[in-house]
Amino acid sequence: MAKVLVVTSGKGGVGKTTSTAALGAALAQAGQSVVVIDFDVGLRNLDLVMGAERRVVFDLINVVQGVAKLSQALIRDKRLENLWLIPASQTRDKDALTDEGVRRVINDLRSKFDWILCDSPAGIERGATLAMRYADEAVIVTNPEVSSVRDSDRIIGMLDSKTAKAERGERVEKHLLVTRYDAARASRGEMLSIDDILEILATPLLGIIPESQDVLRASNVGCPVTLNSTNSAPSRAYMDAVRRLMGESVPMTVPVERKGLMNRLLRRRAA
Amino acid sequence: MDAPVQSTRQLVRMRGRSYVAFVFTPVVPIMDWLGEIDTTLARSPGFFVGKPVVLDLSALDLSQSAVSHLVANLEQRNIRVLGIEGVSPEHLTKSLPPLLTGGRPCGLPQSEPQKPQPKPAKPKATSLLLDQPVRSGQSIVFAEGDVTVLGSVGSGAEIVAGGSIHIYGTLRGRAMAGINGNSSARIFCQRIEAELLAIDGYYQTAEDIGESLRSRPAQAWLEDDALKITALN
Repeated sequence: MAKVLVVTSGKGGVGKTTSTAALGAALAQAGQSVVVIDFDVGLRNLDLVMGAERRVVFDLINVVQGVAKLSQALIRDKRLENLWLIPASQTRDKDALTDEGVRRVINDLRSKFDWILCDSPAGIERGATLAMRYADEAVIVTNPEVSSVRDSDRIIGMLDSKTAKAERGERVEKHLLVTRYDAARASRGEMLSIDDILEILATPLLGIIPESQDVLRASNVGCPVTLNSTNSAPSRAYMDAVRRLMGESVPMTVPVERKGLMNRLLRRRAA
Repeated sequence: MDAPVQSTRQLVRMRGRSYVAFVFTPVVPIMDWLGEIDTTLARSPGFFVGKPVVLDLSALDLSQSAVSHLVANLEQRNIRVLGIEGVSPEHLTKSLPPLLTGGRPCGLPQSEPQKPQPKPAKPKATSLLLDQPVRSGQSIVFAEGDVTVLGSVGSGAEIVAGGSIHIYGTLRGRAMAGINGNSSARIFCQRIEAELLAIDGYYQTAEDIGESLRSRPAQAWLEDDALKITALN
């Protein structure tokens, strides 16, 4: 049975797209068949982060409007054969998405994949509401700072009221993913602690992704961090999160960078 | 194909039936009496529509033309006369309604259609219970009474109640109690980090709320047109 998972946050720049790519790749590495859909029509990024930007022919809008077939818009990842991408259109805007079209696309994908990951745009408007509309589960991406947490609270309220599941009286299962977490700064009180965030959002924690240069580096080379540097701290945190998504119980830890002596020497020289 | 044509004699069946009619008893002067009818019609224009009307002229001594005149006057007012009582037959022409006899007085039927009995309405809820946290951007408005929230009220959320507000989690948003002028309404919360508290229009923003109260269980109420907030422990 396919699961539709929306990756959302309300606020922009907290790591939705990075997390969608990382979780998608990690799920695929775990043997699941996965499709990631970019709902950020007009500001598409997922194709870049996945390194598929040079192979985009058709996009989500083409499929929603019936111009292209679903199979024409699906782009297979070069590294993982069970990871697929449906890109967003860069030339259109969110009004080109229709509720009925999105429903049809998601229903078609349900029979073909184990996981359907919807990368939501920022905001609470049409793009974001349609990305979450047919979700079974949601990953709420939050940075440890007050504005991000408050926006996440708003999004959780919408997940509980605006989704198709909520309208049927069911519940969208929600998971909280804290990204860009810096344990040292949190302990100095410079950012919200995990306890503070959980207390405010009252939503189960899926994972804590530490702040790391590896994430930016992976994005820039167009490769999900979980593929690019499998042993890095953020990569291991995403892998743990995926195991929790698949129902395993994994103790919650904040992975730290493993710095060997050689590594430190090299870094110092480079600096 | 000659079907035997059977001529059946149509039977004329007679049945008796009685109706209740309005009986008008005009009095002199007739013009004043017609004025009375006009006032009734002005109050409710459809009062006589579809109702059988009988004229009882026994108290009067009217000529044939006077009877015709009266009936015509009533017809102008859309009152059609079914029959006339209490005149001698020679006073009536063929164009006038027929003479009626043997009428018996009875109570008038209910003229108004029976109003459907109002169903015994469910007593309106006077309190609202929310067992989920109230999220940022949500607005809960319940003017009928108290609101109880089992979870927290997020920053940017608001609770508006006609009565008191009880929050068993942290209040980070706005709480407005007693909105319909209920100055005895109160606000209770397990932990106060509110953006705004208001009772019956008197309010305090986060800045006015004493720093010493922050993060403590608290209640707010009105005393001499001033909003008071104290810790509960």
